[in-house]
Amino acid sequence: MDTEGTTAALAARDYKSSVKPVWCPGCGDFSVLSALTKALAEMQLPPEQVAVISGIGCSSRIPAYLNTYGFHGVHGRALPLGVGLKVARPELTVLVSGGDGDGFSIGGNHFLHACRRNVDITYIVMDNQVYGMTKGQASPTTAPDWSLSKLTPEGPGINPFYPLVIALASGANFIARASTSDPNGTARMLVEAIRHPGFSFVQILSPCVTFQPEQRDWKKLVRPAPVAATSDPAKAARRLMTDDNLFVGILYQGSREPFQPRLENRLEHPTELEEQFAV
Amino acid sequence: MNPASVSIALAGSGGAGVLTSGNALLEAAAQAGWYAYLSRSAGPQIRGGESVTMLRICNDPVESPDDTFEILMAIDWRNFERFAAEIPLADNALVLGDADTGPPPGFLTALPVRYHELPLKRTASGIAQGRPNMLALGVLAELIGIPLQTITDMLNRLLQTKGQVALDAGVSCVTAGMELAQKKLPAVQRLPAPAPRSPGERLLITGNEATGLGAVRGGVRFVAAYPITPATEILEWLAPSVDKAGGTLVQAEDELASINQIIGASFGGTPALTATSGPGMALMLESIGLAVAAEIPIVVVDVMRNGPSTGIPTKSEQADLGMALYGLHGDAPHLVLAPTSVADCLFTTQWAVHLAEALQVPAIVLSDQSLGQSRAVIERPADLTFMARRETPASVSDGYQRYALTASGVSPMAIPGMAGGQYTADGLEHSPVGTPSGSAADHAEQLHKRQQKLSGFNYGRHWADIEGKGDTAVITWGSTTGPVREALARRKAAGHTTRLIAVRLLAPAQPASLGDALAGVERVLIVEQCHGQQFYRYLRAHYELPGEVRTFCKPGPLPIRPCDVLTQIEDWL
Repeated sequence: MDTEGTTAALAARDYKSSVKPVWCPGCGDFSVLSALTKALAEMQLPPEQVAVISGIGCSSRIPAYLNTYGFHGVHGRALPLGVGLKVARPELTVLVSGGDGDGFSIGGNHFLHACRRNVDITYIVMDNQVYGMTKGQASPTTAPDWSLSKLTPEGPGINPFYPLVIALASGANFIARASTSDPNGTARMLVEAIRHPGFSFVQILSPCVTFQPEQRDWKKLVRPAPVAATSDPAKAARRLMTDDNLFVGILYQGSREPFQPRLENRLEHPTELEEQFAV
Repeated sequence: MNPASVSIALAGSGGAGVLTSGNALLEAAAQAGWYAYLSRSAGPQIRGGESVTMLRICNDPVESPDDTFEILMAIDWRNFERFAAEIPLADNALVLGDADTGPPPGFLTALPVRYHELPLKRTASGIAQGRPNMLALGVLAELIGIPLQTITDMLNRLLQTKGQVALDAGVSCVTAGMELAQKKLPAVQRLPAPAPRSPGERLLITGNEATGLGAVRGGVRFVAAYPITPATEILEWLAPSVDKAGGTLVQAEDELASINQIIGASFGGTPALTATSGPGMALMLESIGLAVAAEIPIVVVDVMRNGPSTGIPTKSEQADLGMALYGLHGDAPHLVLAPTSVADCLFTTQWAVHLAEALQVPAIVLSDQSLGQSRAVIERPADLTFMARRETPASVSDGYQRYALTASGVSPMAIPGMAGGQYTADGLEHSPVGTPSGSAADHAEQLHKRQQKLSGFNYGRHWADIEGKGDTAVITWGSTTGPVREALARRKAAGHTTRLIAVRLLAPAQPASLGDALAGVERVLIVEQCHGQQFYRYLRAHYELPGEVRTFCKPGPLPIRPCDVLTQIEDWL
């Protein structure tokens, strides 16, 4: 996109809409919104060339708070919306965002296949280990003994889902973890993710102060990953499998070619396709 | 029996090649100048199950099975009883079998038919790479009167990639088959010679291919696919074709993904389609509702099969009508259309793309296995003017309202890339700007807008096929139109006029137009291939039906035949 001729550079605030978020005071998602607008400003992407796609949940409300194109779809189906848009309109910057329930439970199958397909989109999951919009039920990333939900009063009792491990095994091309306690670091990571060709996945630890108040302590517990990003899946696997889910940083950067069919009209005449049936 | 046509059933077990021979015969008959219609019935086996190819050859365009078959040929009789109900035989029908592959079932020879044996297998074994199904092709070609040269030309095209040996074997087998027929079989009354045709004036095409062609002609450039019987051939035809036209087809991980991929692509401005069958569409319904709310044009083709659940996946029925009309949650006005013939799969799909784009709404196209997997010679369709044309804002400014309340109900749709048009498409109820809203006023206004844009649109004459006059009318839809049309043509030939109304636009209902079409009608027969009378109940819900109303509702998988419809009318009048 040609941005020459515009007089002023775009600031983070230029990417925000005037709609007031539904989020609770103190919600980590405010920090993600801020980091995302900083990242877009850093890249000086024209807002009309960006589309942010989401499903259902607290964090999935984010498109309406941005001044880009957006799509707030149905629960769990944000990734196929984003894949369809990007494949049909490859020149757009397509970001898909949402929460852990939307992405890993109802949308889990799409997560596996979006990693495999490796379309050049960025998937941002604001992980708070809980369904907030429905008032606090266990999500796929909730600890098995978390007993604060009326739905599972003894705790969900099942092993949590490890999204980064699964992303790696499924073929994601870029895997990172960020924390809302460091919005500038998150913004830098999002820039890297958006620039990286292929499917990039960023898990952002984003506390739910209402239903998981102990997540306020995340800001004291998160720390940079002790080693630099690797392009070796075996090394990345070892690191992710021994991870306590609180290391932040870019953990894997692959170089797989993105999926993008060429869109090139090769019909010499509009009725050419009929000729194969002519008698 | 219609003297202007001949119906042939070709049966055989796995690997016998009856579909190959049937299609070769169809192509040869088409090349010779006839019209023809081929349907098939197969068992559930993945590969090599018993199957029957049913072919009807005619001097005039034909899109219905006949009442009975004049010729039944079996390469072998294994599992034939599974198909017997689908092959009613004419009195004095010619039944041909090969004694070397076993005797015919007793119930067949007990019928008033002429049974003859032909040494297909033995004769084929005397020809290098000879195959009994190619001998059968020669026998049938001779009975019908297709010249050897026409068959040879056709084999040349069909077998050109298989090498000279295969071609020689094919020609030798056909020649030997023709000789067998001359020597061993009584002459049958042949069809009159076909009218001369100029090359290329007609198409030989399946309903599923015609659906794909209609989609591309309408402007579809993004297709998402998840395989399902009997819709897969639409997607397989579209894969290379939409790519050639500058678009693409993506095989999705499931139907939930395919419906959302097309919504995403269409949000980006690209006309988009997916094709599925009942179980797949059931999975898509939630997201079709999203496309209604967010006003994203999409086309979903449902090639119906016998349900519920997995049902009988390879056979036809018209029982997804209720789901297509009423399956969405909330008040969700959308389009439902149905092609009335193989040829009409092209028109109706192209029209559906046009309407969906013009009205920014999902369109469901209800085809079925009988239309989709039948192959027919059709007139080459005119260059139709129905194309995808979506209303977009000429220019967008800060005050842009994606869901502005307009007189027509259609609001100009900004497409990503348009500066100043940024909005969030949303399944949440929204204000005219597009921001989420729980207000009663916004909900009422947007509900009205989404209804108004459909109910206020002028669909023109294509909403139904209306033919004939008289005080008796038959109302039908979809693939049962073919047999109804033929039944009424026979009545007309006998001096009775009967009206046909085949509804193409099922939603929104067109009560004023149907009222006009039914002026002067005193009796209405409703014909559908559905045990639950879904079409009848739909008509009763949305239309005033005059006089006396009767129904003929028969489930699949047995096709409705012209005689079935005739009997209904004649028993009544």
